[in-house]
Amino acid sequence: MAWFRKERRPRTSARERLEIPPDAWDKCDDCGHVDLREKFERNFQVCPQCGYHRRIAARRYVELLTDPGSFVELFGNLRSTDPLGFEGYRERIETAYRQVGTHEAMLAGYGTLTGVELNLGVMDFAFMGGSMGSVVGEKVARLARRSLERRVPLVIVSASGGARMQEGVLSLMQMAKTSVMMAQLKENGVPFISILTNPTTGGVSASYALQGDVILAEPGAVIGFAGPRVIKQTIGQDLPEGFQTAEFLLEHGMVDAVVPRPQLAYTTAALIRLMLGLPPAGAGD
Amino acid sequence: MAAAPIVHLDFEKPLEELQRQIDRLRQLASERQLDVEREIAPLERKLAELKREIYANLTPMQRVLVARHPRRPYTLDYIDRAFSDFVELKGDRLYRDDPAIVGGWARLDGRPVMVIGHQKGRDTKENLRRNFGMPHPEGYRKALRLMHLAERFRAPVITLIDTPGAYPGLGAEERGQAEAIARNLEHMAALRTPIVAAVIGEGGSGGALALGLADRVLMMENAIYSVISPEGCAAILWKDAGQKERAAEALKLTARDLYSLGVVDEIVREPLGGAHSDPEGAARALGEALKGALKSLEGIAPEELIKLRAEKYLRMGRYIES
Ligand SMILES: [Zn+2]
Repeated sequence: MAWFRKERRPRTSARERLEIPPDAWDKCDDCGHVDLREKFERNFQVCPQCGYHRRIAARRYVELLTDPGSFVELFGNLRSTDPLGFEGYRERIETAYRQVGTHEAMLAGYGTLTGVELNLGVMDFAFMGGSMGSVVGEKVARLARRSLERRVPLVIVSASGGARMQEGVLSLMQMAKTSVMMAQLKENGVPFISILTNPTTGGVSASYALQGDVILAEPGAVIGFAGPRVIKQTIGQDLPEGFQTAEFLLEHGMVDAVVPRPQLAYTTAALIRLMLGLPPAGAGD
Repeated sequence: MAAAPIVHLDFEKPLEELQRQIDRLRQLASERQLDVEREIAPLERKLAELKREIYANLTPMQRVLVARHPRRPYTLDYIDRAFSDFVELKGDRLYRDDPAIVGGWARLDGRPVMVIGHQKGRDTKENLRRNFGMPHPEGYRKALRLMHLAERFRAPVITLIDTPGAYPGLGAEERGQAEAIARNLEHMAALRTPIVAAVIGEGGSGGALALGLADRVLMMENAIYSVISPEGCAAILWKDAGQKERAAEALKLTARDLYSLGVVDEIVREPLGGAHSDPEGAARALGEALKGALKSLEGIAPEELIKLRAEKYLRMGRYIES
């Protein structure tokens, strides 16, 4: 069925447009393609025309990467404090809690994917740019410990501009803290799949995000240590086309695969089952 | 080092005045063969007092300037003075040698160690070669290679941290700056030999931490350690790099701040007037502190060492559970 629909140009006739209420339409932020909102939605906010991956909420990744109804949030009661008394931080945190949610910059929990239990952490870029402070570091560490103790795979979806500067050197230390746990997962052969989305930079890319046993990236995601703006400022010239994109990293050997969002669940499930020595999904389990 | 001109920071100007007076008096005395020691003694006392006063009351941003002082001892200066038998080892065996990080075998108090540190340049030419102490991935990969070498021969690793940060350039990104730092952190967490890190100057973010995950972390009295430079922080938060004093204050980046946050284990006292005013004294102090730290780790089995290291970092961070 799917291929049949693709045969037609994804353009809608003027008559069709008239019959559909204006708020049912959506437009690609990248190529400007106009299509039914529902079509974007069904495609996990990937443009049906150009494949541009629009940012989606942490909750959507949970829906994408766990079996329906299986996800249970963990550590949702962890709250940021203002350890340095950093001016303006308390207010920004309060606002982010109200506007984005109390899961902070990471929604953590457990669930199943094709029936296999996993621990899942999804970073939320909407919460202060997905910045990693003490709460994110603690959630990653606890998720990893839970994976270690139960020997279930860990999956983390990253989206972050880096360490949260309002927690100063304590946020820097979250890189060390999370790395300590990832080292233990490796030592004990517990699978860790790291999924990089747009953007994954700074302290997050330079710690757990690039420590996965397998590292997947969404198409077009900007991934790197320094952000493009900082680099541009340093070298005093424009960056080459496509620099620091997922495809660029793939070419340079830094990620295992670039996986379009609609295929993320399938790929992740297949990897987990392969790494755990389980049969393929649906093969008699 | 002695032949280079003395560089004074703004807040050191009163010291400069006084020092000039003393020098003038001495010169006069030697020309006319006079004994002026009685006149000079109170001036020198005053100079010491003024130094103590100025250095006790440095603002965080002034501390940043001391940490970046062009005459401040760098890694190789400390290796020269506090270590013996240094044999530098170069290259990451993958791409090239990164002169922004130096390392090799050496002895500390007669005992073989692997010493590794960021290296800034003393003049423009050397700074261009050493990229102002800002490493590329190959620098971190060289460092990790040397750490594994030390592990194989059961020698402790000593790292000296002094960098504005990992270099944000095209080649660095292309060759995996983030991957190199992430890999160092992961492997340092599991290294089966003691690691002692000392922040000797600038502890610039992830590029510093990539050598800094350790069993003991020391910090020189006037060193700084921060997630971002005050200039960078001010530019992002207030769109104005000129607000760096405000950012330096807010970031809590001085040795005393880091000690109270539990990130560093020990502050190493610097000679009066900062390490740059007496590199010999600074090296003695650092050498003693490193010896003490190594001694405190003696006899701990590798498994236990790794476990304690993990626990130390797992405690870091502040949050509440509501
Ligand atoms: Zn599009």
